[in-house]
Amino acid sequence: MYRYDQYDQAMVDTRVAEFRDQTRRRLEGKLTEDQFKPLRLQNGLYLQLHAYMLRVAVPYGTLNSAQMHVLANIADKYDRGYGHFTTRQNIQYNWIKLEDAPDILADLAAVEMHAIQTSGNCIRNISSDQFAGAAGDELIDPRPYAELLRQWSSFHPEFLTLPRKFKICVIASETDRAAMKLHDIGIRIVKNAAGEIGAAFYVGGGMGRTPMIAPLIRDFVPLDQLITYSEACLRVYNRYGRRDNKYKARIKILVHELGKEEYTRQVEEEFAHLLTQGIEPPIAELERIKAHFTDPAFDQGASDDLDLSDPAFALWVARNTVAHKQPGYVIANISLKPVGGIPGDASAAQIHLMADLAKEYSFDELRVTHAQNIVLPHVKKADLHTLWQKLDAAGLGAANLDTVEDIIACPGLDYCSLANARSIPVAQKISQRFAANGKTGELGELKLKISGCINACGHHHAGHIGILGVDKKGLENYQLLLGGCEGDDTSLGKITGPGFTEDGIVDAVEKATEVYLAERAEGERFLDTYRRIGMEKFKEAIYA
Amino acid sequence: MKILTGNDLKSGAVVWWTGYDWSIHVEDAVDVGDQADAILQREEGARRVNASYAIDAEPDGERGVRPAHIKDRIRALGPTVRPDLTLKPADPNAGNWVI
Amino acid sequence: MLDHLRFREDEPAGAPAVTVDAFLTQTNAAAVRIEPGDDARSLLPFLEQLRLVEVNFPSFGDGRGYSSARILREAGYQGELRAVGDVLVDQLSHMRRCGFDSFLPEKPFDPEDAQAALNRWPEVYQATGDGRQPIWAKRHPANERD
Repeated sequence: MYRYDQYDQAMVDTRVAEFRDQTRRRLEGKLTEDQFKPLRLQNGLYLQLHAYMLRVAVPYGTLNSAQMHVLANIADKYDRGYGHFTTRQNIQYNWIKLEDAPDILADLAAVEMHAIQTSGNCIRNISSDQFAGAAGDELIDPRPYAELLRQWSSFHPEFLTLPRKFKICVIASETDRAAMKLHDIGIRIVKNAAGEIGAAFYVGGGMGRTPMIAPLIRDFVPLDQLITYSEACLRVYNRYGRRDNKYKARIKILVHELGKEEYTRQVEEEFAHLLTQGIEPPIAELERIKAHFTDPAFDQGASDDLDLSDPAFALWVARNTVAHKQPGYVIANISLKPVGGIPGDASAAQIHLMADLAKEYSFDELRVTHAQNIVLPHVKKADLHTLWQKLDAAGLGAANLDTVEDIIACPGLDYCSLANARSIPVAQKISQRFAANGKTGELGELKLKISGCINACGHHHAGHIGILGVDKKGLENYQLLLGGCEGDDTSLGKITGPGFTEDGIVDAVEKATEVYLAERAEGERFLDTYRRIGMEKFKEAIYA
Repeated sequence: MKILTGNDLKSGAVVWWTGYDWSIHVEDAVDVGDQADAILQREEGARRVNASYAIDAEPDGERGVRPAHIKDRIRALGPTVRPDLTLKPADPNAGNWVI
Repeated sequence: MLDHLRFREDEPAGAPAVTVDAFLTQTNAAAVRIEPGDDARSLLPFLEQLRLVEVNFPSFGDGRGYSSARILREAGYQGELRAVGDVLVDQLSHMRRCGFDSFLPEKPFDPEDAQAALNRWPEVYQATGDGRQPIWAKRHPANERD
């Protein structure tokens, strides 16, 4: 994985000094809260429901064990012994003191980490495929391109006060595991007819209150123009994105209002101009970064044999491991969704353990997924049983990846000042319901996503089953959506009808799954059945 | 009644106006009548509180004060899904007060 | 306190800046003021005659002026480029990077804070036309561009 050189280190060290100075000026009264807010947000520091919250960047979801240990140390030293992994592949802490924040950033900088641009109206942490470098279906590892973009977007002086936040995702596989088309810019690394590698740009996707699937605006940008093209996309947005209404300020609205053709025309015009400005790093820089992402020293003779005589282990293997490109290895997913647990939360002890296991069994590498789980990307099959035993002993052995129990949930009204309703208790009750009725396995792949408000941090639009918490005259109320999907066949969920109470929504979800089980054809997932039979039968059952 | 709340600037802790200071316990909150704006302006200016605002609340027996909106009740108590991290970790019914 | 921070040797332009609309209809002024919604490119035919371009930031959170500044510098504008309005010390280094060489803030700067902000970043990741060598160019001196 990528390691900082003296320049990268100087940048994060400078950032710590800058924020220490800004924090001092705020505490001394030289900065008002209005002036300080965007500065702290661009260092990931929110003022949340109970305290300050710090969001730490995990660039493209990749980190090593030393970094993971520091994340656990921060949880113990400055917070309350746990962290929350987010749908942006980051981690956040809920009980941070402003006066500690500069010290935390310094602890992070010591292991090549930061909280730069994890919030605010700027280019956010670049997300990517959590199986990058390990998946069998990838064209090439997408992370070098993400790292190139990370450096370009860090402190980009023209784009620190955009109309609104800006999220970029880079993938390079046939299968989209990162909801690429639901980003402000989604980049797919592709090969053209001539066999050259380049980038397809999808611009103007997003969730939030007006979900949109990003249209393709250019099918091939040569790799030696990647930064220049990105800069053109951003400049058009910075100049013409709406600033009169916060809720219409995302680039998806600009692309929608201008039309894809007109936005593309403006980008191409800006691109042609910027090509003359010498802003593109040389290909040698991309090559330098790529050298950090070579394969680890796989055991070429590793065996594919796996003893599945232990049924609990066999279930975990079936549900939580994914084929690796290297024979004898698998991608192991650690579910942070124990039945009745808080999705994405992990204790400091669990974070330390995952760090140790990564060091011992996965070439010192971990990934954070947008589904709020952790991946050990390169595990030898021969080590898998031992690994699983250690995970299981620490409460990390839930065998439920991509099932109805593997729920994405935002922090909701338990933690978030924007939320209208709590998300976590709903997730807890649903996972308990299905664990109790024993249908989790029978239901197969079923992606359930819960947001506690219309900002959609819990990706409810993209859930096969989505739940949106709303405020109904001061009471929590939950709307049900069906048919969303974040993958290659991206679709947005549709609301079934009137909302439900907390217990009512759990019943409604169960009824929807009963319709699926009754109606499904051979080999169909929940989503497939919904797409085939439509909303009506589900509605009949849910509102009967 | 009208009560005042906000966050401590340094720690971020949720605080409530007691009439002369800020407390982390909502039961210490006092009715400020029509003085909300004046008090908040003064306290923000002195950096004794951050992100402050006035809310409706009602007297609530032995618990003292109950904010009108669930969001402020969760702020007053702590996350309902982590009773151990709330201000009343030993009270099994604390969560019911929120809802 | 610092009322006006300027990084130029020449004399400041004397005449007041006119609006972009006024400038485009009478085109003999030497000083113009760009508002966030104005198109900086409409000035490009007249760069030779301009001695001062003011870019107004009515609110520090509106970043359109950064693009305006870069567009003018990219087109070869050599005159004074002055940020005016709600300009804060924490934006100074970014504004410098986008080509501003003059700052007339609504509220004067604390000189120490302004100096600290300007000296903050020893390295930069991007080429923005401000003459600073980005990190990638330092990493690959052989590939350095003009």
